[in-house]
Amino acid sequence: MTIKEIQDKVVEEFELFTDWTDKYAYIIELGKKLSVLDEDYKTEQNIIKGCQSRVWLQPELKGNQLIFTADSDAVIVKGIVYLLIRVLSNHSPQDILNTELNFIERIGLTQHLSPTRSNGLLAMVKQMKFYALAYKSKLESEVK
Amino acid sequence: MPSSNFDIEKIRSLFPILNFKVKGKDLVYFDNAATTQKPQAVIDGLSDYYSEYNANIHRGIHFLAEKATGAYEEVRIQLQKFLGAASSEEIIFTRGTTEGINLVASSFGDAFINKGDEIIISELEHHSNIVPWQLLCERKKAILKVIPINDAGELLIDEYKALFSDKTKLVAVNYVSNALGTINPIKKIIDLAHAVGAKVLIDGAQSTSHIEVNVQELDVDFYACSAHKMYGPTGIGVLYGKKDLLNQMPPYQGGGEMIEEVSFEKTTFNALPYKFEAGTPNIGDTIAFKAALDFIEEVGVKNIAKQEDLLLQHTQKELEKIEGIKFFGQAKEKVSVISFGFDDVHHQDLAILLDNFGIAIRTGHHCTQPLMKRLGILGTSRVSFAVYNTIEEVDYFIEALNKVLNMLR
Repeated sequence: MTIKEIQDKVVEEFELFTDWTDKYAYIIELGKKLSVLDEDYKTEQNIIKGCQSRVWLQPELKGNQLIFTADSDAVIVKGIVYLLIRVLSNHSPQDILNTELNFIERIGLTQHLSPTRSNGLLAMVKQMKFYALAYKSKLESEVK
Repeated sequence: MPSSNFDIEKIRSLFPILNFKVKGKDLVYFDNAATTQKPQAVIDGLSDYYSEYNANIHRGIHFLAEKATGAYEEVRIQLQKFLGAASSEEIIFTRGTTEGINLVASSFGDAFINKGDEIIISELEHHSNIVPWQLLCERKKAILKVIPINDAGELLIDEYKALFSDKTKLVAVNYVSNALGTINPIKKIIDLAHAVGAKVLIDGAQSTSHIEVNVQELDVDFYACSAHKMYGPTGIGVLYGKKDLLNQMPPYQGGGEMIEEVSFEKTTFNALPYKFEAGTPNIGDTIAFKAALDFIEEVGVKNIAKQEDLLLQHTQKELEKIEGIKFFGQAKEKVSVISFGFDDVHHQDLAILLDNFGIAIRTGHHCTQPLMKRLGILGTSRVSFAVYNTIEEVDYFIEALNKVLNMLR
């Protein structure tokens, strides 16, 4: 599936929820499901600095696909991180860069990405794009 | 119980925001240590000034300027009485507590702090009562010393005494800890500092609408507070300073208002308090501050404290029933602030879900990172009350908190 198709699927899933408790219960469930990042990767280098919760992000290139693994100490943030990974991980750096990320807004969780919320999520999205850019350059230089 | 003429419904009716719905729920506002809500009279005070007598003050010879000047200076006199200062010249308007502390760090620091001198703060301080002193110490090669706390979040007075030396020039501590609610024994702290010839600044951001303050009885040298934590507008605060000290200090900022005469060769400065009030001040918010002071005086600081203490005791009792709860700051003397946490639940998750119940609490490090480090945590969940909060709101909060914990565990 393309990134766009995955985003649409996530939005479709969230349309089932009629009240906020169900929606958050689902995000919490996803957060608990997110595979925990190995302690070795919870380094200063991988931490996305936020005001309240900490988010760690680890990129890895397999072939021409960029794989992200991540973790957070707060479960709601972790649930949203789970969705971000589901949407953006396992795609080429170029596809990640071309993506207009809009599913968070469409499922009504924009408040968690606002810059004033300072929970590290917005910084995480930027960092994912930044890694995509870095690996794209790396791939291109290898081709040359 | 607060006295019999204390009418909570009447008090609540003065605050329009309390009728506001958040996500379809009645707003329950428990973030009062961050900022209190404003009574309609404060909002009207601001609006009346801008709609009826907006003018620049002190210089204009016209009706509007005189009316605005009168209203502005009236607040200074009211504050002098409210804080128990000897003279209205000792009341300097600032942007808030932070600016008051920075003013002293800059101006008192320039005049009185030299290489090797020592400044004492405490582990309980807000960043705004840490960083200005660190900057001053860097500038002057002075030394910053820190009073430690016990596990209950109380200052260790014997350790404090042990910090004194003949180099101690200033002690800067808060009256009340914003993160834990501890009320510090400031009279004792001031007397001990004076005994070794040091001056004392009290950060009164968290105390001024909860505890009666009399700067002359305390014999404090500087006292800073903010209107917005006292039911008043943001962007206006007060620095009290003893007159003879303020007179010995150089101006903080240069500009209009603070001068007597300016020439390119030499400028002479205006008298107190204007020497420290450069530029057009925050006239509108200062004038509106009056209505907040009127409100506090009308209800009475003692009645406010009684109502808040009632809420504190009830909330503490109810929270203690919750499995796995940990309290941070169990001082014997405290205002109505409760900081708590759970090993298995992140405070940010709590705040996000409580927000969906219309409940506003504060989570995080509360701008006290050194204190969080001392407690070995990254942050807490904090509820803090004001006079308009009710037992019913607390019960709703406890119910919501239990539901939220069920979702997260």
